[in-house]
Amino acid sequence: MKEIAASLVTETIRDMCIQANVILPEDVAASISVCHAQEPWPTAKETLEELLENMEIARQEDLPLCQDTGAASVFLELGQDVHITGGNLYEAIHEGVRQGYDAGYLRKSIVADPLRRKNTGDNTPAMIHVDIVSGENLTITLAPKGAGSENMSRLGLLTPSAGRGGVVDFVLETVRLAGPNPCPPIVVGIGIGGNFDLVATLAKKALLRPLDQPNSDPYYQELEAELLEQINALGIGPQGFGGRSTALEVNIETYPTHIAALPVAVNINCHVARRMTVTL
Amino acid sequence: MHISIQTPLSLETANSLRAGDTVLLSGEIYTARDAAHARLVELIHRGEPLPFPIQDAVLYYVGPTPAKPGQIIGSAGPTTSARMDVYTPYLIAQGLRGMLGKGRRSPAVVEAMKTHGAVYFGAIGGAAALLSKCIVKSEIVCYEDLGAEAIRRLTVRDFPATVVIDTQGNNLFELGVQAYLDSVK
Repeated sequence: MKEIAASLVTETIRDMCIQANVILPEDVAASISVCHAQEPWPTAKETLEELLENMEIARQEDLPLCQDTGAASVFLELGQDVHITGGNLYEAIHEGVRQGYDAGYLRKSIVADPLRRKNTGDNTPAMIHVDIVSGENLTITLAPKGAGSENMSRLGLLTPSAGRGGVVDFVLETVRLAGPNPCPPIVVGIGIGGNFDLVATLAKKALLRPLDQPNSDPYYQELEAELLEQINALGIGPQGFGGRSTALEVNIETYPTHIAALPVAVNINCHVARRMTVTL
Repeated sequence: MHISIQTPLSLETANSLRAGDTVLLSGEIYTARDAAHARLVELIHRGEPLPFPIQDAVLYYVGPTPAKPGQIIGSAGPTTSARMDVYTPYLIAQGLRGMLGKGRRSPAVVEAMKTHGAVYFGAIGGAAALLSKCIVKSEIVCYEDLGAEAIRRLTVRDFPATVVIDTQGNNLFELGVQAYLDSVK
């Protein structure tokens, strides 16, 4: 059994909040560069160039890439042989977010109640998902995500006869409806299977997979490639001003489902696809 | 070729712009998001004066990150304009001439823009560090209790934007996509 101090979790989350909002993961930056190199439409290429410039300024001057520094989504893989000491794990995470968003001069974008809408003032609470795994490590992934892309995400409870074609249609319809709003080029996270609640989590987890790592199952790897091609044939382009680069990547995660069900969820992320992982 | 534009934005200048034009905005603009819009429209409904001169004004839909010590403003890119759509026609009827944001507008907003002569500019969503460099002054006008959503008066210099919807209702989200698709046929 390994002991991990709650205060270490807090410090780790604090530092991750600050860094993840300033520096994009290498695979995302590389993907934007590739899109820029391959983009045939001049106005789209120019927009992509400005995104690359934005990344450079953010890094050099230690500025948040986007003013929407997001809700702090935190995903834990908690080894079952880990013992958290000196505090409550969830509280430790919220405290890390509180400290990180303050020290990093990040925007506080969380309201305490969805209808009464008073800002909590410190960007807490975090949105926390926990998976219990084997072993004695705690792996923390932080993914700050803005509302512009979140608001364009959709969930559909298809039925089995819809099949692969139904899933493709639902995804394309979602991207078309989103159009310019979620800040294309987007990353498309897709969950297929499970049930109503699990499929949404799958879609969000799909966004955590590096863009240069296709699905390990060749069947879904092919579906990812097909969807990316079809999405980039829509012509929406960066910012919706037209062009090839509508999506950087499509990631699919799946889970077994009921004989009568075919749930599908599409979680859209903007090009500022922030994510950072640390293992304690 | 960028067109340099000075704010306040006159009707004449607004009418001269076409969807797809790229511009560099200079002068004073005002920030407002959902919560501030709700208050402004409430004032209009009550027949009370607005807290800043709306005639020929340009509104920027932005909630910046907090400024660090010594900074004028934090990162300051556009937010999704569609959330303001329910309020916008009231402001356009009061003289609002330009809007700066990202994403689509509703048919009701476009109608108001055509009727009164207003322009919708798109700024690059997610390029907030870059765009903050074009802001040379920032002061809070009102609604400080709204934090990032307070109304600010910004002085901008050569702020890059694209005309997305012009005063005739031409829309780059349709025209640009179609032009690209035609080019790859």
